[in-house]
Amino acid sequence: MPSRRTIPFDYPAPGADPAPALPGAGLPWLDALRDEGRRLSANGLPSTRTEAWKYTSLAPLAELDFPHPAAAEAEAIPAEPETGAFDALEGPSLVFVNGRLSSRHSRLGDLPGDLRVRGLARGLANDPAGIEALIGNATPNGDPLAAFNAAFAADGCIVEAAPGAVMDQPIRLRFVAAPGSEPLAYHPRVIVRLGVGSSLTLIECHEGPAGAPTWSNPLVDIEVGAGARLSHVKLQIEGESAYHTALTKAALAGEARYESHLLALGARLARHEIHIRFDGEGADCQLRGGYMARGSQHVDNTTVIDHAVPHCESREVYKGVLDDTARGVFQGKIVVRQDAQKTDGHQLNRTLLLSPKAEIDTKPELEIYADDVKCSHGATAGEPEADQLFYLRSRGLDLRTARKLIVEGFMGELLEEVGHEPARAVLSERVAAWIGGDRS
Amino acid sequence: MSAQQDAAQAVESYAGERYKYGFVTDVEADSAPPGLDHDTIRFISAKKGEPEWLLAWRIKAFERWLEMEDEEPAWAKLHYPPIDYQDACYYSAPKSDSDRPKSLDEVDPELLKTYEKLGIPLQEQEMLAGVAVDAVFDSVSVATTFKGKLAELGIIFCSISEAVKEHPALVQRYLGSVVPYSDNFFATLNSAVFTDGSFVYVPKGVRCPMELSTYFRINAANTGQFERTLIIADEGSYVSYLEGCTAPMRDENQLHAAVVELIALDDAEIKYSTVQNWYPGDAEGKGGIYNFVTKRGACRGANAKISWTQVETGSAITWKYPSCILQGDNSVGEFYSIAITNNRQQADTGTKMIHMGRNTKSRIVSKGIAAGRSDSTYRGLVRIQPKAEGARNHTQCDSLLIGAECGAHTVPYIESRNPSARVEHEATTSKISEDQLFYCRQRGIDEEDAVALIVNGFCREVLQELPMEFAVEAQKLVAISLEGSVG
Repeated sequence: MPSRRTIPFDYPAPGADPAPALPGAGLPWLDALRDEGRRLSANGLPSTRTEAWKYTSLAPLAELDFPHPAAAEAEAIPAEPETGAFDALEGPSLVFVNGRLSSRHSRLGDLPGDLRVRGLARGLANDPAGIEALIGNATPNGDPLAAFNAAFAADGCIVEAAPGAVMDQPIRLRFVAAPGSEPLAYHPRVIVRLGVGSSLTLIECHEGPAGAPTWSNPLVDIEVGAGARLSHVKLQIEGESAYHTALTKAALAGEARYESHLLALGARLARHEIHIRFDGEGADCQLRGGYMARGSQHVDNTTVIDHAVPHCESREVYKGVLDDTARGVFQGKIVVRQDAQKTDGHQLNRTLLLSPKAEIDTKPELEIYADDVKCSHGATAGEPEADQLFYLRSRGLDLRTARKLIVEGFMGELLEEVGHEPARAVLSERVAAWIGGDRS
Repeated sequence: MSAQQDAAQAVESYAGERYKYGFVTDVEADSAPPGLDHDTIRFISAKKGEPEWLLAWRIKAFERWLEMEDEEPAWAKLHYPPIDYQDACYYSAPKSDSDRPKSLDEVDPELLKTYEKLGIPLQEQEMLAGVAVDAVFDSVSVATTFKGKLAELGIIFCSISEAVKEHPALVQRYLGSVVPYSDNFFATLNSAVFTDGSFVYVPKGVRCPMELSTYFRINAANTGQFERTLIIADEGSYVSYLEGCTAPMRDENQLHAAVVELIALDDAEIKYSTVQNWYPGDAEGKGGIYNFVTKRGACRGANAKISWTQVETGSAITWKYPSCILQGDNSVGEFYSIAITNNRQQADTGTKMIHMGRNTKSRIVSKGIAAGRSDSTYRGLVRIQPKAEGARNHTQCDSLLIGAECGAHTVPYIESRNPSARVEHEATTSKISEDQLFYCRQRGIDEEDAVALIVNGFCREVLQELPMEFAVEAQKLVAISLEGSVG
């Protein structure tokens, strides 16, 4: 039924049914999951009349003509993707080209015995029952973009840490689009399972060349076991015609800790949606996001933190810098359910607007059903403080340098929290490079 | 029947058979039968002896409303069964004395107890409870005295029906200029069927010497469920307007959809205070008023100021967002709100501050208190338009939860399109701390009084914005609204 809440979207383009060509086709549980995804994705993309998409229009994405997925696959996988942002780091690295795991570019090295990392397509071939146990029931729950992922995920990976496993080196996942002339879409599915008391750093990087439009629609499904710790770094630096719609879901068991460090710099339109659910008491969640956009970029950060159980803590800080006609969106929701007494939730969104035509739309939201809680949120938006500028200029700095320094300090606060030092250095460099390109 | 068919039929009946139903021209009839069609609107208009332009405006609104069938707002955090708009009665003449209670003895004792606590004089109790009063009592003569004084200053303060007749140019110029007839589902319905309300015009440079209140307007009785208020403050003038009453009002109409429009020209200031205490339904939420209100003020001129203060304690459903459109340079918008919900009440209320002019400023202070099994939501928008150079906004939203079964929610929307603007939003949610309670109880204050005291402290920032007489009553009201929520 046509509704104004959705935009019609012909994806996949008319042609042969892509389903039989997807890995694991024929497995009944997987076919059922994909059919469900197909059914939901057939409604199209959410329009701005859908509350969760009020400020982000996917209309330009809906206008793109994505060739049949099989045709995209037929195009030669490039010889060598350019060097990745995190190439200098040590540790296992998985590289996905056009959404498919490229064994040629990936380096797993010697993984400790209590850590298991494998590709989704290969996993479906070798160990379908094992994969079913991991994603068997992962229905998209009405999330429109997750439905596309459920229906069309052609590859991805599974990272499993056994109870007590402690990995010092980070695991890197790099998603890169090969330069091409045709629009290209991929829907990687990443599954991360941390056993009781394990500890891991995961680095997710999305890169892509300028040129033909790409649509990357990753779904990262995380479960952090009791007392386990996951530090999740995500850098998104896709090209200027890319569309990025990511959903990260994390479920936290008792005493678990999940940290998200996001830096969003790329793509024409990027939406980073994070859903956190507390399943066990005493868990702790730290979401830190940075976004810097210029030109006509659009960057959307949407988070939902669901305090379903008592005694959990969440801290959320999102900071961004917008220049030219860039538009930023922040929608942060904290839900505290009736039983979730003693919840401690704080949220902050701050945005620096560098140009008269930049726009920020912020919607920090609290939905609280328990009385013994401490919750707050705050939001600010504006240009760099005149006082700060004056302070710097009175010490002999020119306006341009002073502004750069303020932006650097503003973003620097966020990066300080990244525990893994080499990863932090990479993010800092990216921020500095962005500021260096500042035309103000 | 589909909306299209409905509309087609409606248009047909409008074009073809103007007076298909006899009652349309029968101005003598007391009320329109339930239901809403073109004839109902013509009936209302004829009944009030309105000019052609106003009827045309009502019809235009009604036709737009028919197209809005699927546009009834569903985004608010409110749950209520679908409303059958054809089931309601859209016009009824004032109740005849025989229908009313003969004396206070016939009035619900619960209601009387509340009056007692608020300290309302006996005569006023009778009026509020709808007791048939045959003698003209004091406040009417007070009102007449006031009217004379206002007229001297050139201030017009009358019912909107009267204004349509006496000051058609002013009404025609400003009616619908802030809330257009097509604004939203409820405002459009109101534009089509509004029955009465207040009209205020304050001439240039005049400072209205007293608080204007519907309470003192003689014909304020039975303004009905679709109230329409229009207040215009001309250049350099000032007016403070009080709406509502702390006392619970007897009312049989479940659906209320009022529209209030404020216009402040250069250097003018309007202060609009509301205390809303409609029947909230019983402890299980049965009955109770559905209150869907569109309130909006436009600061048209430079240095204009509009200030909304509201104390919302009644109604089963409150859907209300008093807003300011800050068009004039240096204009100021303020919103101070206390929303208290208890039992099964649901309130979704807040404000919109639209900054258009340079150096416009707005301040939002919202205090939500939820008790029992109620839900209280603050929903607000602050929008900085590209030309609002140097605009400032500060928003403070605090919620207080009393009991483990209620909900308090904050949904602010902030849209900033000018870098020189500074927008700040803060929100907190908390409960009454054991320490605070202990401190009070240790000094011999019982728990209920202690809660009332603490809540009053929590609301102080807003209460002090109310005109003095109102503030005293509002404080008592805060305490009464929370009765039975502790212990």
